[in-house]
Amino acid sequence: MRTLLFAALLLSSSAFAQPIKIGELNSYKVFPAFLEPYKKGWGLALDEINRSGGINGRKLEVVSRDDGGNPGDAVRVAEELISRENVALLMGTFASNVGLAVSNLAAQRKIVFIAAEPLTDKIVWENGNRYTFRLRASTYMQTAMLIPEAVKLKKTRWAIVYPNYEYGQSATASFKKLLSKAQPGVQFVAEQAPPLGKIDAGAVVQALIDAKPDAVFSSLFAADLQKFVREGNLRGLFKNTVVFNILGGEPEYLDPLKDETPEGWWVTGYPWNEIKTPAHQKFLDAYRKKWNDYPRLGSVVGYAALYSAANALRKAGGTDTEKLVAALKGLEMSTPFGPIVYRAHDHQSTMGAYVGQLSNKGGRGAMVNWRFADGADFLPPFEEVRALRKD
Amino acid sequence: MGSGSFLIQFLNGLAGASTLFLVAAGLSLIFGVTRVVNFAHGSLYMLGMYLAVWLAERIGFWMAVPLAAAIVGVFGAAAEILLLRRIYKAPELLQLLATFALLLLVKDFALWAWGPEDLLGPRAPGFTGAVQIAGGAFPQYDLLLIVLGPLVLVFLQLILSKTRWGVLIRAAAQDREMAGALGINQRWLFTGVFALGALLAGLGGALQIPREPANLNVDLSVISDAFVVVVVGGLGSIPGAFLAALLIAEAKAFCVGLGYSEATLVIEFAIMAVVLVVRPWGLLGRMPVLARTPELADAPLERPGRNMFLGGAALLAVLALVPLFSAGYALVLLNDILVFAFFAVSLHFLMGPGGLLSFGHAAYFGIGAYAAGILFLKNITTMEFALALAPFAAGLAALAFGWFCVRLSGVYSAMLTLAFAQIAWSAAFQWNTLTGGSNGLVGVWPSAWLSSKTAYYYLTLLLCAAGILFLWRALYSPFGFALRAARDAPLRAEASGIDVRATQWAAFGLAGGAAGLAGALYAFSKGSISPEALGIPRSVDGLVMVMLGGIQTLTGPVWGAALFTWLQDTAARNVDYWRAATGIVMLALVLALPRGMGSLLQARK
Repeated sequence: MRTLLFAALLLSSSAFAQPIKIGELNSYKVFPAFLEPYKKGWGLALDEINRSGGINGRKLEVVSRDDGGNPGDAVRVAEELISRENVALLMGTFASNVGLAVSNLAAQRKIVFIAAEPLTDKIVWENGNRYTFRLRASTYMQTAMLIPEAVKLKKTRWAIVYPNYEYGQSATASFKKLLSKAQPGVQFVAEQAPPLGKIDAGAVVQALIDAKPDAVFSSLFAADLQKFVREGNLRGLFKNTVVFNILGGEPEYLDPLKDETPEGWWVTGYPWNEIKTPAHQKFLDAYRKKWNDYPRLGSVVGYAALYSAANALRKAGGTDTEKLVAALKGLEMSTPFGPIVYRAHDHQSTMGAYVGQLSNKGGRGAMVNWRFADGADFLPPFEEVRALRKD
Repeated sequence: MGSGSFLIQFLNGLAGASTLFLVAAGLSLIFGVTRVVNFAHGSLYMLGMYLAVWLAERIGFWMAVPLAAAIVGVFGAAAEILLLRRIYKAPELLQLLATFALLLLVKDFALWAWGPEDLLGPRAPGFTGAVQIAGGAFPQYDLLLIVLGPLVLVFLQLILSKTRWGVLIRAAAQDREMAGALGINQRWLFTGVFALGALLAGLGGALQIPREPANLNVDLSVISDAFVVVVVGGLGSIPGAFLAALLIAEAKAFCVGLGYSEATLVIEFAIMAVVLVVRPWGLLGRMPVLARTPELADAPLERPGRNMFLGGAALLAVLALVPLFSAGYALVLLNDILVFAFFAVSLHFLMGPGGLLSFGHAAYFGIGAYAAGILFLKNITTMEFALALAPFAAGLAALAFGWFCVRLSGVYSAMLTLAFAQIAWSAAFQWNTLTGGSNGLVGVWPSAWLSSKTAYYYLTLLLCAAGILFLWRALYSPFGFALRAARDAPLRAEASGIDVRATQWAAFGLAGGAAGLAGALYAFSKGSISPEALGIPRSVDGLVMVMLGGIQTLTGPVWGAALFTWLQDTAARNVDYWRAATGIVMLALVLALPRGMGSLLQARK
């Protein structure tokens, strides 16, 4: 009997059904600190999905490519995935410009694209299109999540520092808009926009000190953040100013700070070792078992992105693009961060983020006083979004 | 900005200058003596950083710094002996290709050895705090750097002026042939200089770890800074490099201090452009002694024979038949290859027969792409007209930049093209309302009748083939011969009535226009354009294609572009460490075919 069942299973799963291919592309060599954990994240999801029988009896296969980190190459890679690999849908990308270029191609070639990591608001709003869906909490959402804490402090003199490209520019614009609305009379006394990856931290910190701010809003990350923290600590910028830094609590960027982790900064991030929800615990245990490493935020993004694709395929009952679009609109699913919905009208998922304060715990950076901020609570009203989208 | 913060920003600039100087001094030394444009210099710096962080955990910071520098020095010597020594006789700039391959290898080695995460090094024991200066806190370590820079300068000056080895270096830097004729063993001199230059780069990197985490992006960002410093100071001049480092670091610190932080994107390139226009050999540089053995006396490009025409026609026919067999990815890849072949041929037109180096050729590619995109997206013209107007926009830009560049020579002229390209890049990057800023422009798709892959492929094939043939034809026109005369014997050309500058200037316009058309074709095939289209990496790709194909061949750039594009595409798909794989293939080609792939074709004829 068991042999018979096994044979039946074999027949149904491998002999009759071709695997469903998902085209994945990302800038693995340009942002390896975030994307290696991301790759492990979707790798885990792939294992789980196929072990539990795949999608409607068909195995899932991920065809993964390096997109070279620039839009031109990324578009070529995406074309290859579409026309040579015949993938059912596309997923991935990191930087805003690459994400927008692939999203634009997806609309032209009429294929679904799940933008996993790009944070730019434009990908679902100004440049949003029918075929593009975005998983992560956007720049706007993550900025909005910090606003309540910023307002509570009643600081009037704010200085801003951001990496000079789309992400930093739009985080800054959103922050100024939202804070001015919530706290009329607030002043922005200095703005520093160093080039990405090339911050002249000493000079920037000194310029911020000169402006005598009560508080600083920063969207720095990676090497820029580490340099900023070290110089700021040395030169005493943080002694009397509160700092808000989106993404600052993500293990990718927090862990390298070690014993220099500044106390009391408000950040968005991912306190992976303190989240005790069953959904996260299950993910954490499986991830550690498979990879013998702890998850970073990238791991959660990769994991949830592939599950988004799988759930959409399951709901659509096949690989037809229009059915996939219909399936993704309003798709509800669970993630290690809790349940999310892909909003039907702007294709943004309601995946949230953790908001908390940084602390140095025995020579390691950690998040304290944290709470989960549900993405659904930090999106602008429907009419505002409707006005931005052109479709 | 009060006087206190003015002083602190000044000190910040001094500390930055020391770091810049260390890495630039080595580059300047190496170039001055060996004429090698060492693209891997930033990689040596990065290696110094990683080694220092790694060693500091084991033997402490102060032991780690000299040891890391020494290891990098040994690595530099090994690279010179094993690699560069074999290709000094090869066409100029081939070393650029070899060192670029080295850069790719070192980058993937660092990723493999130390992993993807940034490594923040320890603070320097004894210099962990800050001192009170002018009412602000200033890091002790930065004070140490401020002292170290000038110390290294004095030390280098003493070596160069007081030791026999230093005298030989200066002699070789000033006149290589004469030094060789006087019985100086150039081989060991070159190795020694390379080791010293590498050691300085490693030292610069190692000393930086208390201020900056070791990361994988530092190699490219350092190399462009270092090149700028070296050129602004004057190639081969150590005091010049110091002065230039000071100027640039102070300018950056005050841009930030005065609230113009966006300007740090481009300030160094703006300074370089101004300095080169006013002082063609840099601040303290001297006019180079002309090489006596006429290096450029390569046999002139031969007229293509009957076989070449037949082969070319056959190739075109095959390319035209491809859509019958595949409507999929082959067309996409071929489309890219055609565009880059056209781009590489336009660069070769300037560099090879024109003898005009261009390190910023992507500027014209990008300007063409942006011009087409803007004309189309702002509904000024249709897609077809936008495509037709793009080469004129790029050609005009090339004429504007070229007007200055033809007044300089050699690497100085090349660096000026780079400066202009970076200025154009930063304009594209910052001008949000016109160019879409860092995101670029999206939605640049061809008209309906061209929107199928096959139709667009035929358009690309037609325009690229016509463009390439036009440029090649121009080389055998009176204009082309004048251009070659201007390269090989400017004085005699001038004497026989050729306006050398005007000829070269026209070549800039022509090559720029061609690159612009390639850029516009690229934009419409991708549907989007972003500032990368005119960034340094795109210019470097162009150089690599031309060098791989062979600079002194006619058809080489086409083969170089085809191989490089195909290699990147295939390697990135099949190999995890695809950059290293690309680097290895490039090295193999450099050693096996120092005159480029195009030379195979010529030899057979």
